[in-house]
Amino acid sequence: MADSMDHKTFRRLTTEDDAFVREYRQRLTAHRGMATLGEKLVPLEEFRRAAASSGRALTEGQREEAASRFLAGPADSTPVEGPFERIAVFGGVYNNHFALEALLEDAARRGAETIYCLGDLGGFGPHPEKVRPLLAQGEVQVIQGNYEESLASGREDCNCGYTDPRDNHFAEISYRYTESRCSAEFKAWMGALPLRRRVRLGDRELLLVHGSPRRINEFLFHSSSPAPFLEAMLQQNRCDAILCTHTGLQWHRQLSGGDAINVGVIGRPANDGATHVWYSMLSAGRNRLEVELLPLEYDFEALAREMVREELPAEFVETIQTGWWTTCLEILPPNERAVSRF
Amino acid sequence: MPVAEPVDPNVMDVETKPSLPVGDDRAGSGSEDIGGEVEGSPSAASEAHPEVVLRSLDTLWFQVAGTVCNLACTHCFVSSSPTNRTHEFMTLQQVQSFLDEAAGLGVKEYYFTGGEAFLNPEMEAILEATLRVGPASVLTNGLLLDRQRCERLKALAEGAEYSLDIRISLDGYDAESNDAIRGPGTFDRVLEALSLLAEVELNPVLTVTEVYRELASHEGKERFFELLRGLGLTKPRLKVLPIFQIGAEAERSNAYQSWQRLREGDLPDTEWDHLQCSSCRMVTEKGVWVCPILVNEPQARMGERLADTLEPFPLDHPACWTCHAYGVSCRT
Ligand code: SF4
Repeated sequence: MADSMDHKTFRRLTTEDDAFVREYRQRLTAHRGMATLGEKLVPLEEFRRAAASSGRALTEGQREEAASRFLAGPADSTPVEGPFERIAVFGGVYNNHFALEALLEDAARRGAETIYCLGDLGGFGPHPEKVRPLLAQGEVQVIQGNYEESLASGREDCNCGYTDPRDNHFAEISYRYTESRCSAEFKAWMGALPLRRRVRLGDRELLLVHGSPRRINEFLFHSSSPAPFLEAMLQQNRCDAILCTHTGLQWHRQLSGGDAINVGVIGRPANDGATHVWYSMLSAGRNRLEVELLPLEYDFEALAREMVREELPAEFVETIQTGWWTTCLEILPPNERAVSRF
Repeated sequence: MPVAEPVDPNVMDVETKPSLPVGDDRAGSGSEDIGGEVEGSPSAASEAHPEVVLRSLDTLWFQVAGTVCNLACTHCFVSSSPTNRTHEFMTLQQVQSFLDEAAGLGVKEYYFTGGEAFLNPEMEAILEATLRVGPASVLTNGLLLDRQRCERLKALAEGAEYSLDIRISLDGYDAESNDAIRGPGTFDRVLEALSLLAEVELNPVLTVTEVYRELASHEGKERFFELLRGLGLTKPRLKVLPIFQIGAEAERSNAYQSWQRLREGDLPDTEWDHLQCSSCRMVTEKGVWVCPILVNEPQARMGERLADTLEPFPLDHPACWTCHAYGVSCRT
């Protein structure tokens, strides 16, 4: 694969023979026969020798041992709930009480024995106080998301870690809106939520987390969560499936050691130009887990009207009405960003 | 008026053969005044330094083009240049053997750097092999991104289940400021590369270092977003990195002061996750290093294979201070 560069396509712009150009030209050849060892130039051979004498070289047997020691996860005393045959799991309510209401109905209609919520109750939408009664009504089992963690601990932000100033601007607006409308009692309840749950479904043991088993705010996207990585995670956590949310985009990857499922969010559409949202239904199948990623229709027009009344950003309302994300896109890996409108 | 010859990095004497370490007949020349002792690294052995534990191996870096580059930026913390063979190119076969080992250790993402990654004649094959097992990011100065290569990269990205990310370096919003760091003529060529990527609908991350303070400000970032939009990149992406005062940069600005050193107790428990050495390793053709920053420090070579390097590492280098102070993550 030779370099097929056409040199002539490049314009030669800097032609002045100033001191910098002379110095730069010198830099280009300064290392002939020499290596950079720290701040010094030394003969190549010297660096080679120094490098070769540093570090370890284990035997093959020792390497296997070191690797399995490294991958051994800590013991987890989380009690196992269930057993169940069919459960509904969702995440990311983002104050969307309209979708939550629709979910409770849909999940009951489809025969879910229990409903689990993987966290992120607030942000984005209107009226955070309307969410909690619905959760109680549906006897939803909730785990803590980064939003709950931030609200309960009095953090100044949602801990999403954006770098784009525009994203931070919008993240701040939605965090403040939710923060100022949640009672101290509601926040304390959030703080007491468990960080993970273990659920038995048929003969499978599922681990339910918000971001990932190791970090509440780790993003597990489909195109950035490779199979070998997820296999190791299953092994480390001694479970047959990992269920997470946090990214806003649902997916399911079947692995040799089990399943990894991002259950999606019901708070806003999945950045695909459709107004519905997503949740997951899991059933104990014969010899395997049955995973359904389900689109959920709800009264998005009513939600949009309420957001306008509450003076939430027009950008947020647009997402609800069009199905395209308008903010906080920087978290998307290239594949997910490529199919995004913005 | 005499027309000086422009510095055209394409015609530099870069030997683009992938080569394993070979005896170098020029090794002795010019070394007299430099001194031969190996203990040249600025590590202070007398103090107790905190040790970083590898919590998980999420990010695996490859110094895939060694320290060989078609530029010689004045802030390069590994001092890459066309003639710097401190680390040589890696072969596809070498990379593949580490990809195999990495899968067993649960690696989440792969990064490729140099030097200039695309000087490695097997670079595209390496990316293809990597995308079979996980997401890949390649760090490039953009100079070797002609139309055909951009099209091939686009095809690679489209055919892969995992994401391919391209990171292009730029250090200013205009030729004057950028070229003073990266070399004459580079600003315009990077802009050409960015436009080509826009045309084939690949969306790179523009990577900017804080050589100029204002670049990292709110307004600075906005200017870069504008620049990218102007080139047809309608979903602009940007990453700002701090400067490591080592390598070429130590000459350009200032080397570290003796107080800039981590001491036992400096790091609160919550901070370990922010140090990339708590979740990464760097592979070069000479073995496995603790992180992508210290590849020119022989002491930072931890072993031959990944399994040799899963132990804690003492943070005794001044660059570690920058990681601590800035919370550096080289990830996109
Ligand atoms: S330079 Fe940074 S990443 Fe490397 S060992 Fe030091 S703290 Fe860790």
